Amino acid sequence: MAFTPGQPVTAVVQRIEIQKLRQGDNLILGFSIGGGIDQDPGQNPFSEDKTDKGIYVTRISAGGPADEAGLRMGDKIMQVNGWDMTMVTHDQARKRLTKKNEDVVRLLVTRKSLEDAVRQSMTRP
Amino acid sequence: MLTIPATSGPPCCDSPTHHPLPPLFSSSLTPPPPRLPFSCSLLIGLQDRFPQDQLGGVCEQRGTAGGGGGGGARKARSPPIRDMDNESQYSGYSYKSSHSRSSRKHRDRRDRHRSKSRDSSSRGDKSVTIQTPGEPLLDAESTRGDDRDDNWGETTTVVTGTSEHSISNEDLTRVTKDLEESTPLECKRFLGPALGGCLSFFALVTPLAFLILPQVLWRDVLEPCGTPCEGLYVSLAFKLLVLLISSWALFLRPPRATLPRFFVFRCLLMVLVFLFVASYWLFYGVRVLEPKERDYRGIVEYAASLVDALLFIQYLALVLLEVRHLQPAFCLKVVRSTDGASKFYNVGHLSIQRAAVWVLDRYYSDFPVYNPALLNLPKSILSKKMTGFKVYSLDENTTNNSTGQSRAMIAAAARRRDNSHNEFYYEECEMDRRVRKRKARLVVAVEEAFTHIKRLHEEEVASSPKHPREVMDPREAAQAIFASMARAMQKYLRTTRQQAFHSMESILTHLQFCITHNMTPKAFLERYLTPGPTMQYQQQNGRGRQWTLVSEEPVTSSLRQGLVFSLRRLDFSLVVTVTPLPFLRLGEEFIDPKSHKFVMRLQSETSV
Repeated sequence: MAFTPGQPVTAVVQRIEIQKLRQGDNLILGFSIGGGIDQDPGQNPFSEDKTDKGIYVTRISAGGPADEAGLRMGDKIMQVNGWDMTMVTHDQARKRLTKKNEDVVRLLVTRKSLEDAVRQSMTRP
Repeated sequence: MLTIPATSGPPCCDSPTHHPLPPLFSSSLTPPPPRLPFSCSLLIGLQDRFPQDQLGGVCEQRGTAGGGGGGGARKARSPPIRDMDNESQYSGYSYKSSHSRSSRKHRDRRDRHRSKSRDSSSRGDKSVTIQTPGEPLLDAESTRGDDRDDNWGETTTVVTGTSEHSISNEDLTRVTKDLEESTPLECKRFLGPALGGCLSFFALVTPLAFLILPQVLWRDVLEPCGTPCEGLYVSLAFKLLVLLISSWALFLRPPRATLPRFFVFRCLLMVLVFLFVASYWLFYGVRVLEPKERDYRGIVEYAASLVDALLFIQYLALVLLEVRHLQPAFCLKVVRSTDGASKFYNVGHLSIQRAAVWVLDRYYSDFPVYNPALLNLPKSILSKKMTGFKVYSLDENTTNNSTGQSRAMIAAAARRRDNSHNEFYYEECEMDRRVRKRKARLVVAVEEAFTHIKRLHEEEVASSPKHPREVMDPREAAQAIFASMARAMQKYLRTTRQQAFHSMESILTHLQFCITHNMTPKAFLERYLTPGPTMQYQQQNGRGRQWTLVSEEPVTSSLRQGLVFSLRRLDFSLVVTVTPLPFLRLGEEFIDPKSHKFVMRLQSETSV
């Protein structure tokens, strides 16, 4: 997932739809995010490129909505409901995920295994 | 004065070389400070602890000045002794210091054996007892206490004159050094300054003479000279005054060292002054006195120009003698040859002899005092090494048996040699422990002693008429509390081998000094707990110290990189190495004060 700033990013993504769960007054998704353009990218354990300031999934609570939808730890979130997540601050990302008037979030996530799978299927025949 | 301690204990070798010299020569290693007889009663307690030992242990000690007391960690003992003809015998020292090399816990027992056997076997070896003048408190032979109980009055002074041991040579040289230090004052020391003084007096008087002579000789012929001359008189007077004061301030100081060769700059300047004044006189004589010059104003101006020139020569002298060597240019490393104490100093451009004087000035206040007793490895370790090296094979055509044997011996010797560092390490640890214990006892004893007296204030005198206390002056107060700490002090000094530097008199004086100045026990003890600089132990006499400058280059040449010279005294020397100070290239970097800005490094995790 290396990128050069200013150039369009190409990635193999998976579409994941998460239904928010109501817990009391809050709508929760069941995972934690890290990263952002205002954060230190070198401390991200999941990124391959340590200058990647994207939003990554750092923790998934077991049995939660994200876990059931197929989100995995270490996924990089590229879009949330159409909003771009590759060049956002941490707080902006949080806000886009936790809008109170939305019940469902449709994420586009990418991970290394997706790319490998696509490459394998391309070289096989 | 020479001090000879009354040694005790028998010499174990009845060697022909062992004959008593006339009682001028000391068998002690220590420098001349007087020592004290310690009171019997205090030593009686020690006696029971001294175990016996085999007779072997007595003979030699190298470098244990004053014996180790109970605390001697070193062995001055040599192998089976009866054949050691050439060993000098300082039986008193070696008595305490010659401990057998095995474990510490047997040492006391062995000491006890030794004392008993020695006394029994040495009855035939009586010789003269020479009492020292003054009181040796810390007599090196603590055995004197024992012997006093066992055989009262039997003491032996063992001196050898024909030993090839280096220590007795040192004694002789020390004696001669004492003798030479009592020779009359050298007049050579004052020759240089006297010459300089004469010359400067001559130079100062000359302008006045220039002015006065025409007035005296041909007064009536002289043209009168009004205001300009008076102005010149005033300026002349002030310049002479300035010359006088600055000469007094700069040059009229007693010299602190005599140098082996001429001090080049000083000689140069004196020659310059002499030539200058002489040429002025020559000119004066030819041009003024001869034709009886009538222009008095010209003469006054001539005298004024002489004084100006003298001022400039004095400026030159100031720069050459005082200022030039102030800017540091070289780094001198000074190492003492006997124990490796070293220091680094920065000096400017000096000649070798001046640099030597400079170094010696700092030696006396920077270097810890040279203690010959602290130098050597314990004999046990060294002798082990030496016996290890004695293995060799004489005969080429040895049988297999003997080659095997010699090989085994060599192997055994090699293995034996490997253990000496172990021994050394454990002995050092033991020594440290012992010193710390003695130090603790000393500190406690001194603290308690100081609590026994307190300063009497004026108003307290009248306040307690019912309890009359004896009022003492500092000396008596010091003597009163000295007894309680004396033993702990003696044992500590003996353990650290400093007893040669401190006599009872000096300790009492120091105690009196501390009491007078309201010092705490810790302040009193600082003089004994750490070895001070050599200056602290110097007796003030006008004779000075004799040092020899040893150098491959002529001593008036100036310092350069890589120069090595050494300053030798009788028993040690200081080796000085010269390295230039590095040239510094200093760069500049400007930092805008507004450029200090910071951001936080974050890595936060939010759950959604």
